[in-house]
Amino acid sequence: MELCDLPAYELSLLLRQKQVSALEITQSCLQRIEKVDGRPGQLDGGQPTPEDEEKVHAFITLTKKRALAQANAIDRKLAAGEDPGPLAGIPFTVKDIFCVRGTPSTAASRILANFVAPYTATPVERMEAAGAVLLGKVNLDEFTYGSSNESSAFQPAPRNPWNPAYVPGGSSGGSAASVAAGEAPLSLGTDTAGSIRQPAAFCGVVGVKPTYGRVSRYGLIAFGSSLDCPGPLARNVVDAALMLQAIAGPDARDSTTANLPVPDYLAALEEGVRGLRIGLSPDYFQITFPDAHSGEYRQQELPAEIEARVRYAAGVLASMGAEIIEDVPMPNTRYGIPAYFVISRVEAASNLHRYDGVKYGYRTPQPVSDLRDLYRKTRNEGFGLQPKLRILMGMYVSAAQYSAQYYRRALRVRTLIRRDFEQAFDPEGKYRLHALLTPTTPTTAFEIGAVYGDSVLMQYADQLTVPANHAGVPGVSLPFGLDEHGLPIGVQLLGADFSEPVLLRIARALELATDSEPWRKLKPQVLRNLAG
Amino acid sequence: MTDRIDPQTFAHLVDLAALELDEQQAEYLRRELNAQLSAIHELEAIPLEDDLPITSHGVPYPPQISQPPRADEWQPYPDPQEIIAQAPESEAGYVVVPDIPHTTLE
Repeated sequence: MELCDLPAYELSLLLRQKQVSALEITQSCLQRIEKVDGRPGQLDGGQPTPEDEEKVHAFITLTKKRALAQANAIDRKLAAGEDPGPLAGIPFTVKDIFCVRGTPSTAASRILANFVAPYTATPVERMEAAGAVLLGKVNLDEFTYGSSNESSAFQPAPRNPWNPAYVPGGSSGGSAASVAAGEAPLSLGTDTAGSIRQPAAFCGVVGVKPTYGRVSRYGLIAFGSSLDCPGPLARNVVDAALMLQAIAGPDARDSTTANLPVPDYLAALEEGVRGLRIGLSPDYFQITFPDAHSGEYRQQELPAEIEARVRYAAGVLASMGAEIIEDVPMPNTRYGIPAYFVISRVEAASNLHRYDGVKYGYRTPQPVSDLRDLYRKTRNEGFGLQPKLRILMGMYVSAAQYSAQYYRRALRVRTLIRRDFEQAFDPEGKYRLHALLTPTTPTTAFEIGAVYGDSVLMQYADQLTVPANHAGVPGVSLPFGLDEHGLPIGVQLLGADFSEPVLLRIARALELATDSEPWRKLKPQVLRNLAG
Repeated sequence: MTDRIDPQTFAHLVDLAALELDEQQAEYLRRELNAQLSAIHELEAIPLEDDLPITSHGVPYPPQISQPPRADEWQPYPDPQEIIAQAPESEAGYVVVPDIPHTTLE
């Protein structure tokens, strides 16, 4: 076992016992990146070569010098007997949708490819203040618009470490892939419809979407401002809790952060699940999606092996003293995607209007007749197809003559989705749940090229994760087995506002109870292929 | 399934969005827009009570957990040149743009 494969909490202990240095940990991660990552994503990166097809390609920008300097600084603090912070010497990657001062902050888009952020996002600043070491910026779907990373303008796009012919999920695909491949123990992602939890499930890692307002969005390049949540990806629940501890909390620079003290996420982590009420909902065991040809809606049961893992998880929790409540109605789950198609597009179109080739980022090199022509040419050349699609849809559904029919209606449907959760978690209500246990995704990872281009089918990959974004409630995805192709299956825990401590506690109980299962010993394919 | 967004409406949206598309992109984008609208169509069939309020974001913000407003005070940025330097074209501290079209309102 190399240092880069150890959990953050173990590395932290070894560092404080002076058995390893921060420099050695960082170097171990850099060596792993060297071995498995291949060439970084770049503009006009061309078709993948056979060699590319075996690599992870998590990174857009590797900040090696900065990482080594940060690691040395931690070692100096330790040598001087100073407290270097709770995440001292722990390497992490950052989804390239966060601004980090002095680094290219690209959103995986041509329009921001040359933008060097003049300031640092609050969650990154807090990670660094806690002593964590930034390894670099990792790839994503362009502006986060996708569930596979294939839409990135920086190619080759990330691949799934469990099988590089498959997508890592998205949009935090580079984050999930970098953590799964042992390139970093932690990564900072964002979740607008499932963009932390879905890639976490696809890559066999833990992903936490905190309650909306729990983690600051300052310095996050905005997509859907009422939905975006920064959060951790990690290889185990303890590490995810450690990271959430570092990044959560009010921020004067983001007025939507909740002015609530941050609880100790580690204190009760291993207190078990006895007495907790955990629900299962039939509405999370079926998927509803439009047929690509007829447009008719079809309801389909979930793949049996995914449902089986969720029911097995329920059995494990029951055996540890949790009470499993069956048949919790969440009837508005199926409207999550249609409502999201409206709400997120309106917010995206609004947020993308700032990219105009004037103040920063890409400007067309072509001659232009006037400012409007500059806007049009710049945006046409700078944006890929997915941002264009979202802008156009946002313009349409928010147009004066349609907004009552679409936008206002979607916001009212959002109320119904929120009510499903309020009723399930109401401490005085019929169900009184501490958490809802569901699958994270309707399928395991799909093959590269299998879905990309069909924007509707791609969006339905988020069907089981997006309701939590509408409702603002927290969710945790944790790996819970492998499918028949050896690809990870994720299970999801959803809870009431600010219930991260109990969700993490349940997730940790599931992790500990299944610690000795054979699938947990299996490594992703890209690591199995490493010499030695 | 008839296309709700016909080529004329589409051209108007492209103009509003300040985009300029080639034919191939336009064809793909219009097809996907119509496919997405079919998915959105499902919303129209949901019975909604008349007094059902909107939710503009999920978590309620009662005053006790809301951020207090910041003091409205001017805070100088330490290095404005650093910001200006990001502009594709600048001159003497100003951002340079081509001619700004003017429309005279009647």
